[in-house]
Amino acid sequence: MIPVLLIVSFIGFVLIHSMPGGPFDSERKPASAEIERNLKAKFHLDEPLWKQYLRYLGVAGGSSGLVNGDLGPSLKYRNHTVNDIIRQCLPVSMALGAMSFCFAMFTGIPLGCYMALRRGEWGDHLGGFIAMLSFCIPNIVIAPLLILWVAVKWHLLPVALWGSPSQMILPTIVLGLYFSGRIARLMREGLSTTLHSEFVTTARAKGASESAILWKHAFRLAILPVVSYSGPLLADLLTGSFVVENIFQIPGIGVFFINSIFNRDHTMTVGLVLVYAALLLILNMLVDLSYSLLDRRVRYE
Amino acid sequence: MKVLASVLGKLPGTLRFKKGPRALSAVASVSSLVVFLFLGCSRSEPKADLVIINGAEPGTLDPALVSVQADSRIVRALFEGLTRLDPKTASAIPGLAERWEISPDGINYTFHLRTNAVWSTGEPITTADVVYSWLRVLDPMTASEYAGQLFFVKNAEEFSSGKLKNPAQVGVKAIDPYTLQVELVGPTPFFADLCAFQTLAVVPRKTIERYGDRWLMAKPLPTSGPYTLDFWRLLDKIRVRKNPLHWDVANIQNEIVDFLPGESAMTAMNLYQARQADILWDKNLIPADLMDVLGQQPDCHRYNYLGTFFLRFNLTKKPFDDVRVRKALAMTIDRKRIVERITRSGEEPATHFVPGGMSIYTSPPGYGYDPDTARNLLAEAGFPGGKKFPPFQYLFKAGETDKKIAVELQAMWREQLGIPMEIRQAESKVYYTSLHDMDYDVGRSSWIGDYNDPNTFLDMFMSNNGNNYTGWKNEKYDSLIREGNRQLDPKKREKILQQAETLLIHDDLPITPIYFYSGVLFYRPDEVEGVYFNVLDEHPISSIKKKKPTSASASSR
Repeated sequence: MIPVLLIVSFIGFVLIHSMPGGPFDSERKPASAEIERNLKAKFHLDEPLWKQYLRYLGVAGGSSGLVNGDLGPSLKYRNHTVNDIIRQCLPVSMALGAMSFCFAMFTGIPLGCYMALRRGEWGDHLGGFIAMLSFCIPNIVIAPLLILWVAVKWHLLPVALWGSPSQMILPTIVLGLYFSGRIARLMREGLSTTLHSEFVTTARAKGASESAILWKHAFRLAILPVVSYSGPLLADLLTGSFVVENIFQIPGIGVFFINSIFNRDHTMTVGLVLVYAALLLILNMLVDLSYSLLDRRVRYE
Repeated sequence: MKVLASVLGKLPGTLRFKKGPRALSAVASVSSLVVFLFLGCSRSEPKADLVIINGAEPGTLDPALVSVQADSRIVRALFEGLTRLDPKTASAIPGLAERWEISPDGINYTFHLRTNAVWSTGEPITTADVVYSWLRVLDPMTASEYAGQLFFVKNAEEFSSGKLKNPAQVGVKAIDPYTLQVELVGPTPFFADLCAFQTLAVVPRKTIERYGDRWLMAKPLPTSGPYTLDFWRLLDKIRVRKNPLHWDVANIQNEIVDFLPGESAMTAMNLYQARQADILWDKNLIPADLMDVLGQQPDCHRYNYLGTFFLRFNLTKKPFDDVRVRKALAMTIDRKRIVERITRSGEEPATHFVPGGMSIYTSPPGYGYDPDTARNLLAEAGFPGGKKFPPFQYLFKAGETDKKIAVELQAMWREQLGIPMEIRQAESKVYYTSLHDMDYDVGRSSWIGDYNDPNTFLDMFMSNNGNNYTGWKNEKYDSLIREGNRQLDPKKREKILQQAETLLIHDDLPITPIYFYSGVLFYRPDEVEGVYFNVLDEHPISSIKKKKPTSASASSR
């Protein structure tokens, strides 16, 4: 895991530094060329890239760095460090992501099961259509529509902001909807394949009841595609969504992810990429482990 | 970690409960657990008296570092300078200094600080604090981009560049705790205005020395202005609270003011319309497409301020080294069409660079729309009918309005002059570096005035000004600006600066103005009062008054 993160940090560092423009370019230049030089020197932007990287890692330059868990100062938000910002905003994104994940699972799995059990009937087609809609319409379209009807016209929920439960409902639905459609499709495929496998036929031959076959035998295998999808899905959801956080003005990390690139906030971009990578690695590992629990045919040495 | 736990809990959960419905109920219980965890996290805090949608998340609230106007509005609520802005006219009125004397030659200022001015933590604010704050701005280690606001002080520029090491030689001295002596490089008629600028505000030394870059998070944070910082939650809100120890506390209208950072114009407008905010005042957060409708409403307020949208020509590139070409291009821009068809927020077409509205200055005339003369000039320059005119690029920053303007300019120049212009849209940081490195032919530019004086516009095209980047160097212009700023008689000074501006927009034309920005802000006049419109687009928070509380801002908290 650590070598992977090192490689990720290196690639991220080189890529963001190779973009044209720097963090301190703006409409007006600093009052003098000396000030511009001092500003760059303050954040060591005047040093060769390899030296900056070693400094970022914390193995050169005498200050703490990545090895100490210090992601450095933000070049855009000058009163905050990258750690400050992540500490403040990541939990919000994680809360939203976790709720959306639950929403997606809670709606997607039942819909998928229903479709699998009604395979070929109109219920299957209707469910398939709903699932398709949910992941074909981008949330940048759904969000304003929901805000317009639910919040602006009917005054049922707040238009934006974060903090109270009522403010969490709309963003959770908007963010989760796409994934619930995906999960419904995966669940349907998983369950209908499993229901046609030999061990299910055997169970039927033994005279097991349909519900016992479904829940005791088939479900555990059928959910495997959903489980393997949920690893990257969770990493994605927990690290925030630019669109949803932007539209609902949610103080999460997703907005920083995108803006830090536009701002050339080097430390911030690399820091967030690292957080994302670490989450992805951990969650994928958990998914692999859960395979062995769900499917007895899978064993890890 | 709660989340990981829920995932961990969930996966074995489907295993353990072998009966199907119970597997689902496990999912349900875990998810409801998650929901309850966050219900528990929801906050209850007193509601603000005034809520302002202010702009993007501030990069910093450090007076020495702040460079965005939206951010500076919060900074001005927290930190005060020797002077401050009159809420109505934005001219300088006494702040921490209750009065000042100017020597007859206009070079020496003696400021007398108020003896009742204290930090929000109770210690007196003295001249030592002012000296520290100004030297901190100039300190090369601070690397303040706006340090130029202090370069009018003797030896300030030398100290800032590191040529002069001894801060005692900089022309700011504490005579006693309440008397400050400032020596300037030359007479600077707008120096009192500069003292109201946020870069020159007074900041707490001990806190800064103790906490470094994160000093604004210190608790308690001593402030010198009418408000104290209650909390600063990134992308959520910045809350300020009345400073009960401020010398002018009787005139602070609100107890608690919230600043909401906004990223999306549509959301900002929704929040305002849903009465979650009382004032919406960032231009970038007002949806331009809806201005036709919104602009008709009584809560939409428009006014002029000191901002000019203009084009820069790169004089180091052919054929823009030829003034006739620049004039031809300038004369074929139908500015009226641009403001009426594209910007549509009440902007005024600009034929001169310094916006109107300054009491002490009126600009000389520049060029209007005159395509016939333009064609002749282009022919004289060797491109009759646009023949053989090399293809060139128009550089601009990615954005809807700017793109429309680019397309319009392209059409105007092609139709009237027959010259081929290519559109070069660049992401903002690329745009800025290209402009600064003079890697452009014609470039979109804009400038917002910092203080109420023509110098805030005119000095940027002096040969050595870092913000010139047109390649235009004119000694006569430089000497006129210097002479004008030495002149103490306002009438004579206006004449000299007018001569300089004539060089800029009529004779040499390294730039051509397009339009003057117009300010737009929204507030409901029956609920809010004390917002005044002035050329600096500044609206001091302490004078804004909420007439009655809105109902909605309470219900969501």
